Amino acid sequence: MNFSEVFKQSNQLCKVSPDGKYLATCVQYRLVIRDVNTLQILNLYTCLDQISHMEWSSDSLFILCAMYKRALVQVWSLEQPDWHCKIDEGSIGLVSSRWSPDGRHILNTTEFHLRITVWSLCTKAVSYIKYPKACQKGLDFSRDGCYMALAERRDCKDYVSIFVCDDWHLLRHFETETQDLSGLEWSPNGCVLAVWESCLEYKMSLYSLDGRLLSTYSAYEWSLGIKSVSWSPSSQFLAIGSFDEKVRILNHITWKKIAQFEHPAIIDNTKATVYKEIEKRPAVSSDEMSLHDITVASSLFSTQSKYDISPLPVQIPVVKPDPDRANPKIGVSALAFSSDSRYIATKNDNMATAVWVWDMQKLRLEAVLEQTSTIRCFQWDPRRPRLALCTGNSKLYLWSPGGCVSVQVPAEGGFQVHSLNWHCSGDSLILIGKDQLCLCYMDADQNNE
Amino acid sequence: MMPESSLVKDHYGISVKCGAPLLRHFNQSSLPLHGNTNAQSAFCTQQNVPECLSHINQEVSSLGLRTIWTELDESSDLNVVTVLNCMHDLIQLHRRSLRTLENMEVEQLKSSSKLDYLQLSTTRLKEQLECSKRENTGLLERERQLQQKVKSLQNCLKNEKEEMQKLQNMIASRATQYNHDMKRKERDLNKLKERLSQLLVDKKERKQAIDVLNNIGRADGKRSVWKTEKTEAKHEGEMYKTLLSDYDARQRDLVLENAELRRVLHQVKNDMVSLLRLKKLTQKGVQNERDGTQANSEEEQEEEGFEPGKELFSVHASEKLTNSIRLQWRRLKSHVEQLDSQVSLAQVNAGKSSETTPRETQEEEVDKLKLEIQEYKDLIQTQQHLLQHQLSSSCDEITSLRNDGYMLQEKERLRGEWKTLEGQRSIFERERKNFTEAAIRLSHERKAFEEDRATWLKHQFLSLSPCGDPKKLMLSNPTGETELNLQLTQEKLSEFLSDSASTPKYRSSSSLSTVDLHHALHATPENLLIKPKVKTTNTEESRNLWEDFPILQELSEP
Repeated sequence: MNFSEVFKQSNQLCKVSPDGKYLATCVQYRLVIRDVNTLQILNLYTCLDQISHMEWSSDSLFILCAMYKRALVQVWSLEQPDWHCKIDEGSIGLVSSRWSPDGRHILNTTEFHLRITVWSLCTKAVSYIKYPKACQKGLDFSRDGCYMALAERRDCKDYVSIFVCDDWHLLRHFETETQDLSGLEWSPNGCVLAVWESCLEYKMSLYSLDGRLLSTYSAYEWSLGIKSVSWSPSSQFLAIGSFDEKVRILNHITWKKIAQFEHPAIIDNTKATVYKEIEKRPAVSSDEMSLHDITVASSLFSTQSKYDISPLPVQIPVVKPDPDRANPKIGVSALAFSSDSRYIATKNDNMATAVWVWDMQKLRLEAVLEQTSTIRCFQWDPRRPRLALCTGNSKLYLWSPGGCVSVQVPAEGGFQVHSLNWHCSGDSLILIGKDQLCLCYMDADQNNE
Repeated sequence: MMPESSLVKDHYGISVKCGAPLLRHFNQSSLPLHGNTNAQSAFCTQQNVPECLSHINQEVSSLGLRTIWTELDESSDLNVVTVLNCMHDLIQLHRRSLRTLENMEVEQLKSSSKLDYLQLSTTRLKEQLECSKRENTGLLERERQLQQKVKSLQNCLKNEKEEMQKLQNMIASRATQYNHDMKRKERDLNKLKERLSQLLVDKKERKQAIDVLNNIGRADGKRSVWKTEKTEAKHEGEMYKTLLSDYDARQRDLVLENAELRRVLHQVKNDMVSLLRLKKLTQKGVQNERDGTQANSEEEQEEEGFEPGKELFSVHASEKLTNSIRLQWRRLKSHVEQLDSQVSLAQVNAGKSSETTPRETQEEEVDKLKLEIQEYKDLIQTQQHLLQHQLSSSCDEITSLRNDGYMLQEKERLRGEWKTLEGQRSIFERERKNFTEAAIRLSHERKAFEEDRATWLKHQFLSLSPCGDPKKLMLSNPTGETELNLQLTQEKLSEFLSDSASTPKYRSSSSLSTVDLHHALHATPENLLIKPKVKTTNTEESRNLWEDFPILQELSEP
């Protein structure tokens, strides 16, 4: 495993191009394009203000930089650095900006979600979409880029509009069964749209591409409901994480629950392995400390850690949430399927130091990773069943069915890993800190295992 | 006065009476005490008077009375006075004793009645005690039952309280969520109000605008189409196609799965049938006969369902299959149960010796298995050796060469394909680069042209009259541009036209369909219509435009 040197970035905006060749990072108001393998700077663009959001187009030829304060969007071309495009939303403000799947249209959401403006870079034409809903996830593109589902709110009722991304033709417009729609997501095969309610009611509705209601699922009444949702990449399963600390898996044939994964505080009676991170402080003998040791060993001040397999029963530390606050820190807030749909990783908010990995073939717990601090981010390798996670310290943790490893990120001055992103080939990881970033290249033989 | 009278009366019969008591004294047990004058001759007679006198003297003195006769008195006659006194004393004594006797009898009666009374009262009290004991146990029992009821009610109360607490917590969390949402909406509303007021006050409203150096082509290189009913229908069709293909794929998977499961079921059934057949052969004859008729009918059923390949899709066949499997399973279960009972019986009957024999057999089995494991290990090792030998052997050169040859062929083929693909890719890259370069060039040229045009128009307006020859206008283009430029920005053209409002000839529109262009050309031939909108940056396509609009070509050519 090799680590690159540390580079500056701002706003945690570091993205690899979809074709995997370039890395774009934002430093204040500059956009820096590097080659992924050599990390040489290929291009440098200057925007008019600090960049709030940056996104690659789907063909990796253009990059969108949005500056929300000034309601500006600038688009840069990778091939022709002289080409420029500036979209000014004017007084109406800008709250979010994104590419369409064909990489030639930009969708800007105005302030207060008054409307969505669709700018075409081919024709400079403008279209407007009215009454978009301001919710957690009100807009989703299907994976093949053909359709866009948008949540709308008119006259205190929720609607979903399905647009054809080719020419923004409104294909379907239907009212949903929800009281207060909180999010929607296409299945990876683009045939089913999952629509779920806000957390006040547990209700998941499934609509077909042509707008028919296929099924609704509600696990219980009255208590706080759905917290997180994830489709499996094969479109066979829909995982729903809720505030009652459980994950329910629905199957795509009957849309009924086939499994329920619970997160008890005491783990017992299971064949899963529980890995516990143990920190061991290095022994410092002051007599033998040389200058060399002090300068080179930044590990002097950082603790080494390794994983131990804990024997059952194991008690996971639980933090009770404040009952008086809204959106309590309890329940399953993060779900991720591995790329082969074989595993699913979950995180329960009141046991925030543990990641649970479940085997979808056997529908049981496979492993639990207990860390020393709260888990910030975890993501599956896009090619193989390998999970990378970080907890805000200077270490990177990897789990695979063969075992678990903790790696210290060698950076001077300490590099706190706040979030991470896999490269689309699964050969490298981008580690993002507060205002720094670092690349981690996996060994080729490790990858072949 | 009675005693005196009795004394006087008895004065003459004293001797007689003396004799009687003496006799009484001697025969007290047989004679009654009161007034027995028949035995007066028993104690005292004429002959034994002095002895009687001394005896009576002794008795009287022992009783504590005055003696009636002393030895000093020599006369044999008794002193009547002393004797009478003595008799009187004796009678007093007797009376006294009778009185005491009466008193004692009275006392005794009293005490016996008391005793009776007490006995009665004790029995009554005992009964009462029994009664109250029974009541007590009854009351205790009731108390216990009531306490149990109390406990259960307390449990219910606790449960209800917990439920209520849970509901309260839920309501509280919902309330906090609602409040949070409401506050957020209120904040949004306030921001909206502020912004609205700001916009109403603010005079210069910044309009939306887009500024692009040049338009870029679509990602897939195709032209975009206008929205018509046909495209709408096409979109619907595509959507349904996607859905249908998904359903098709799903159905195919399910069919395959079904076939696989049916195959497995058949296999299981066959295995069970073979197992049971084997067992039947080893059983006793009686049982065989008993099951024989049954088995025959069942086997007939099995024969019918024995077509794994053919009737997979009929409900009837699958029902038959599941029924037959259930039947076999039941038989297998009963057989296994029989075996189990036999084994347990054997174990019970055999006793100690049988306990050792199973152990022995187990040990034998373990040894056998160990031997087998060793054999397999050896086998694996020899196979490994053989494999290695084969891989590194040079003796069988022909086959290895052949294999190598095939490998090389494959490699060559793949290399060739890779080369062609690479070539294609580079060609595509080059073409794309060309396109983009052409776009840049065009944009630059357009800019230059616009500038020139601007200057030229200016010259024109200053020099020429409004009804100038359109041909001349086109011909005297100083840059010598022979190609039609393809697009004008609306803004620049409108600027020019607003400056030159007196030139109706130069009507422009930047977004015309070809149909409109034709109409316009036919309708007003004297007006020069400029530049229909064409979305392409390819120079070749611009030449095609000449072909589409021969009128313009004519106009531009000298």
